[in-house]
Amino acid sequence: MIKVSPPLMLAALLALAFTLAIDLAPQAGGWSQGKKSGNFLGLMVGDGRKLLASQFFTMADVYFHSGYYPSVFDSNSGEQKEIISASHGRKETEEEEKGEDFLGKPKNWIDAFGRNFKITLHTHLEQGNEREILPWLRLAADLDPQKVDTYTVGAFFLRDHLNRPDQAEAFLREGLRNNPDSSEILFELGRLYHDSSHDVNRARNVWELGIKKFLQLKPDEQKENRLVYEETAINLAHLEDEEGNYARAIDWFRAGQKVSLDPGSLNVQIEKVQKKISAKQP
Amino acid sequence: MNKIIAVAGVVIKELYRRKDFYVLFVLTALLTVGAGAVNFFHDDKIIRYVKDVCLLLIWICSLVIAIVTTARQIPAEREARTIFPLLAKPVSRGQVIAGKFLGCWLATGIALLVFYFFFAVIASSREHTWPVLTYLEAAWMQWFLLAIVIALVLLGSIYFAAPSSTSTISFIVVGGILLLGGHLNNIALGQPEPMQTVLTVIYYCIPHLEWFYLSDFVVYNMTAPPWVKVLEATVYAVIWTGLFLMLAWLGFRRKNLTT
Repeated sequence: MIKVSPPLMLAALLALAFTLAIDLAPQAGGWSQGKKSGNFLGLMVGDGRKLLASQFFTMADVYFHSGYYPSVFDSNSGEQKEIISASHGRKETEEEEKGEDFLGKPKNWIDAFGRNFKITLHTHLEQGNEREILPWLRLAADLDPQKVDTYTVGAFFLRDHLNRPDQAEAFLREGLRNNPDSSEILFELGRLYHDSSHDVNRARNVWELGIKKFLQLKPDEQKENRLVYEETAINLAHLEDEEGNYARAIDWFRAGQKVSLDPGSLNVQIEKVQKKISAKQP
Repeated sequence: MNKIIAVAGVVIKELYRRKDFYVLFVLTALLTVGAGAVNFFHDDKIIRYVKDVCLLLIWICSLVIAIVTTARQIPAEREARTIFPLLAKPVSRGQVIAGKFLGCWLATGIALLVFYFFFAVIASSREHTWPVLTYLEAAWMQWFLLAIVIALVLLGSIYFAAPSSTSTISFIVVGGILLLGGHLNNIALGQPEPMQTVLTVIYYCIPHLEWFYLSDFVVYNMTAPPWVKVLEATVYAVIWTGLFLMLAWLGFRRKNLTT
């Protein structure tokens, strides 16, 4: 064995570290760009960020219910998040609310007594307190920019409940930059232009673009996103009806009928528009 | 009683001489203020996530203080051989156990008071309300939960070899009960026999620490549970604490301190 002096060994190791650093630095830059982890949290947690984002999105729903929420051990823990259905304009009926009583009757005295120290009242945030869900949605969007629901739900609450359309638009634009083909984000953006800005032309353009994006999807994906197509088509039909373009309104209602689970309900709307057409004709 | 108070006084002095509490408090304060400083959608009225983060840190820190402080009490006395002059005072073994428990419990109580005062200042700075009763109930319940935990750790420190193993096992047990204790009966229903019976027996035999977690009421500004129920839970905590202290005393009474 050849004896090497410690300073020489140290110098050799330093030279090796320096060479490796020069070689790996440009590649490391490429890795981080490839993973789109442009933020600190994303960089820290790597691919686990999607799981965390999903958890933060659930936290937004927990906050929306002020803590009254099923755990993973309760029977209806896997149901659709209510913040999502609220953003689609669905309001719960009394029966649905009863169905969400995941606690049921107390199973024993421990369970019964323990309920004194749990939130057992089903409530939703209101009167501006909806703002409390925003931090979780912001974190979810930072961790998983591809999760479309985060943007649509956040924008809906900002626009509809907190009266802040500018921030809703900025959030949706951010979502659209990260998901340029999302028809859901385009639908929500159209609603913002139509309901808040009253800009009919922009709403129409955005919704029509949403329809175009939907039609570019694969058949399986179209099946999954049927609801957004139906909602966009019906909203476009109402818009054309308001603008006096009755023929186009009927076309959009019929387009909505093709994917609707209850196509018969749209017949009434079509008949109304047809009456307007016949009243217009001399 | 004077002897018990004297032993407890030494434990309290030890807590404020050691740096554990100060480090944990500064860490909690920094993380809470850091979380509060983040601006979400230019809205300075958002507060619940800050309260959530702060209370979570308070729970973790108070458990760390209680478990770590208690776990080293008797092993440290044995290792430094100060247990012999202490018992020669004369102080009985039962009084040592009671004094150690009282000291640790009061010390964590003082720490809790400081933590909750900080929490109230942070929360009221944005909410502009001061729901003292809810805070008091939450702190009270947490303090009595810590009484059970301290008694349990004291019992563990009699039987386990080192403070590190006592602390680790205590953290697992307490964390397990807090997270799963209330759901064990639901989990049991989905299990085949004999696991179903085993889990059901465990469900009925463990102290239900999850009752003492009132943070949700504080975070979501809900009306706190009625005081009568809180007092009933307090009696439940006293019974479990007494049971663990009794078992600790029985173990310590027969313990050979020279090995």
